[in-house]
Amino acid sequence: MTRTQSITTLKLTITAMAISLMVTSCTTVKEYQKNKLNDAEMPLSNRKIEKTELSFQSYREGASGANAGKTGGGCGCN
Amino acid sequence: MKRVFLTAAAIFALLQSYSQTAVDSTAFKSRTLQLEEINFVSSYYHQDGNNSAVTGGIGTEKLTDLANVIDVTLTRYDKKFRKNTFIGELGIDHYTSASSDMIDPKNMSSASHADTRIYPSVSWSVENEKKRSSFGIGLSSSTEFDYQSFGANINFSKKNKNKSGEFSAKLQAYLDQLKLIAPIELRSNPNANNRGNNYPSAGRNSYSASLSYSQIVNKSLQIMFLADVAQQSGYLSLPFHRVYFTDGSVHQENLPDTRFKVPLGFRANYFVGDKFIIRTYYRFYKDSWGITSNTANIEVPVKITPFLSVSPFYRYYDQTAIKYFAPYKEHTAQDQYYTSNYDFSKFNASFFGLDLRIAPPKAVFGIQHLNMLELRYGHYKKDIGLNSNIISMNLKFK
Repeated sequence: MTRTQSITTLKLTITAMAISLMVTSCTTVKEYQKNKLNDAEMPLSNRKIEKTELSFQSYREGASGANAGKTGGGCGCN
Repeated sequence: MKRVFLTAAAIFALLQSYSQTAVDSTAFKSRTLQLEEINFVSSYYHQDGNNSAVTGGIGTEKLTDLANVIDVTLTRYDKKFRKNTFIGELGIDHYTSASSDMIDPKNMSSASHADTRIYPSVSWSVENEKKRSSFGIGLSSSTEFDYQSFGANINFSKKNKNKSGEFSAKLQAYLDQLKLIAPIELRSNPNANNRGNNYPSAGRNSYSASLSYSQIVNKSLQIMFLADVAQQSGYLSLPFHRVYFTDGSVHQENLPDTRFKVPLGFRANYFVGDKFIIRTYYRFYKDSWGITSNTANIEVPVKITPFLSVSPFYRYYDQTAIKYFAPYKEHTAQDQYYTSNYDFSKFNASFFGLDLRIAPPKAVFGIQHLNMLELRYGHYKKDIGLNSNIISMNLKFK
């Protein structure tokens, strides 16, 4: 295994461990305890105002998707 | 004294238990169609660079785009107390592109040196609170001089029993047609007047499946995993992109007619104390043309007051080049596929700026129904020379 492969494996392992730790340490949050989670800045989504930003990024960059937007099609971009 | 204390304790306990009672989902809910909100988003975008694909990887990339989008959200509860949401959206972009003038310099109106794109969409979704699930469908279209697209999507989501986790799935399809507008010197009859719809056309289809799972970790932290698979087929080049070979000959861009993409994403939003929020996003992307890419985004909204927040943001992006990219005059006749489009080259980019959001309990600036005003500025910079600026505004009426 090369040094680069070792570093990549190490990064993936640390990420997987961190995610496992986060998910397994979840606590039940009652509706009345969700005032922070329900804050207007907290949604796990893009802001409406970012619509044109996401559009120009999909034109100017090769990658797209995994952000609740388009993964291609609907415009002259790829 | 003891009796007074016990009575007070009993009243306090009663109030506590009442405040923790779950909301009765069968309580009265209006079954008439209600206007939920109207959003108006306007953006001005300007870019400049020196690697235009229209002129083979050299030349100006100057472009401006003025985009306006309005959406209207309506809701209605049906007989079974399910919440139906209807969203109608209309977007209009007007753009000017200096490099597109070079498709046919003698006849600038023949192509999109300046064009308007119109993109309406409608969607409907129904949410069943008892089953903790929702289902929706949507239709969209996009029309500009040389491009016509029709899209459709269907989506489903389901929350777990304690509503702390939610699984979502979405299928999308876009069926597109583009006019094959070649650079003037590569047309079979350069003197023909193609102002009408006399260009030949080709199809491009895009299909994607998106899965996501969101989870509330605690009172201040929530996370989300996103995974897409996307398949494109058809004419995936752009016909007016020139490619110059080492021998000086000029050709139309030629790319494979299929492309498979796999983007994987992760979001985490954390409320720190009472004033700071950390919004993060990471995406890993790989496709069959050879691009491997990373995107990392961090945004830190600071709540100056409960109704005013300022959010600086920074986004980092990198990608490797596709297998078929080479700069101006570096492709050879031996290449099966070729492009000099620098959006497919190896580069990294930074995007940073500031977002300002005002949402007072009463109307913004006393303007009736104006519920929220948001302003956002961003500067985008590629390490290969392209720079752009974007300024946007969102007005929300309720």
